[in-house]
Amino acid sequence: MINTKEQIMTLLNKEARLDNRKLDEYRKPITIETNVSPKAEGSAKVTIGETIVVAGVKMDVGTPYSDNPDQGNLMVNAELLPLSSPDFESGPPSIGSIELARVVDRGIRESKCIDLQKLCIKKEEKVWNIFLDIYPLNNAGNLFDAAALAALAALKDAKIPEYDEKKERVEYGKKTKKNVPLAKIPISCTILKIGDKLIVDPTDEEEKFMDARLTVATLDNGEICALQKGGKASLSLEDIKSMVDIALKKNKELNKLL
Amino acid sequence: MTKNKRLDGRKFDELREMEAKVGVVKRADGSAMFRIGKTKAIAAVYGPRALHPTFMRNPKAGLLRCNYNMMSFSTGERVRPGPSRRSKEISLVTENSLNPVLDLKEFPNTVVDVFIEMTQADAGTRCAGITAAAMALADAGLIMKDLVSSISVGKVGKDIVVDLDKEEEDFEGGATDLPIAMTPRDGNITLLQMDGEISKDELVKAIELGKEACMKIFELQKKALKENYK
Repeated sequence: MINTKEQIMTLLNKEARLDNRKLDEYRKPITIETNVSPKAEGSAKVTIGETIVVAGVKMDVGTPYSDNPDQGNLMVNAELLPLSSPDFESGPPSIGSIELARVVDRGIRESKCIDLQKLCIKKEEKVWNIFLDIYPLNNAGNLFDAAALAALAALKDAKIPEYDEKKERVEYGKKTKKNVPLAKIPISCTILKIGDKLIVDPTDEEEKFMDARLTVATLDNGEICALQKGGKASLSLEDIKSMVDIALKKNKELNKLL
Repeated sequence: MTKNKRLDGRKFDELREMEAKVGVVKRADGSAMFRIGKTKAIAAVYGPRALHPTFMRNPKAGLLRCNYNMMSFSTGERVRPGPSRRSKEISLVTENSLNPVLDLKEFPNTVVDVFIEMTQADAGTRCAGITAAAMALADAGLIMKDLVSSISVGKVGKDIVVDLDKEEEDFEGGATDLPIAMTPRDGNITLLQMDGEISKDELVKAIELGKEACMKIFELQKKALKENYK
């Protein structure tokens, strides 16, 4: 079924959506499955409705950056697999995958979610690097929130591998019982603006008709740790206030799942 | 390796535990998952659809294009994202192993894209990918002469075995890896590669062992496809 923007707007004006959800309602079920790829240090698969995203954590030992000589490093990467949607193409990283990776990265980095100092092995010489890789398996919309959730679940699932100091080698077969040190849990909520209506958890069809979107990463204490506005239309201050309110409300809902 | 037993306790002709499922990627025209031991492949098919770049278009038939990729966290050491020489070669032999069963004459100037992602890798990934891709092509409703079933066979130490895992592939006493794919109805081979050392007699024995294994995989593929259309 192909719907037009007018049809979607007509529904939204009656506070209704194509799949009978409320405007501020996520699709159900939202599921989180961890350790889906045992060779990864940590991994998770998140489904929101028909959207499926997997994320995995790999770690290795490297030298720290000179401006942060006692901190481990986090590298977030996302690939919009052409396997997951007819709209994604093969080739070098698309702007969509770069934005997705950077928005997830910002939520984690700016919330100080990972205690990077605890990932220091020897100051100025050796620290743990965390590679967090994100792949959608089926894009039915709202990859931002699904990816952020999968990323957090994979980090929570991760166990640091053994490091052989003498051989200077990571023993990938052997996981220790040590978790990645997590201090805070940021939760991302993306709110779409279509016409003058605000909706959460858009389907891929709704995303096609969006005017603007705002991804808000929040902590359970009510703090906002990252923002990303997308789309061509502008937002008023009133829009932004309402969007942040929605994100704060959704933090509690999504936090429970992790 | 002791007498009649392998490193993980399997018999020489014993496959690892398998799982097959069709329709795992809803957005795709056809899709399937195939897991053997700790190796897991997901395949999705899109098309026939317009082929880009246009100079590759064939006015006489559609083109099959396969893309094999390992997720960066699927192995011990992280795999750098993006295509590598290895993944490009595997994509090519995957195309060659699936092409014999397809007839795309009815779809000139188009492409059938097959995307294969390894979410976990514990040896035998190209074979798992081909097995999943064959099911995904069938799920996409394309005309096919047959399915394609694939398995790796080989020699670990002195023994000819089926379905090597990573531990066997890295066996210190030497391991020969021989991935094959077969069209089960006529028993013809559509993928054959090898690295290691093997005599002619051993090669024949290995292929025969592989053919038997492919028939078991074929049964599972058929079952998964029927399951999806109940």
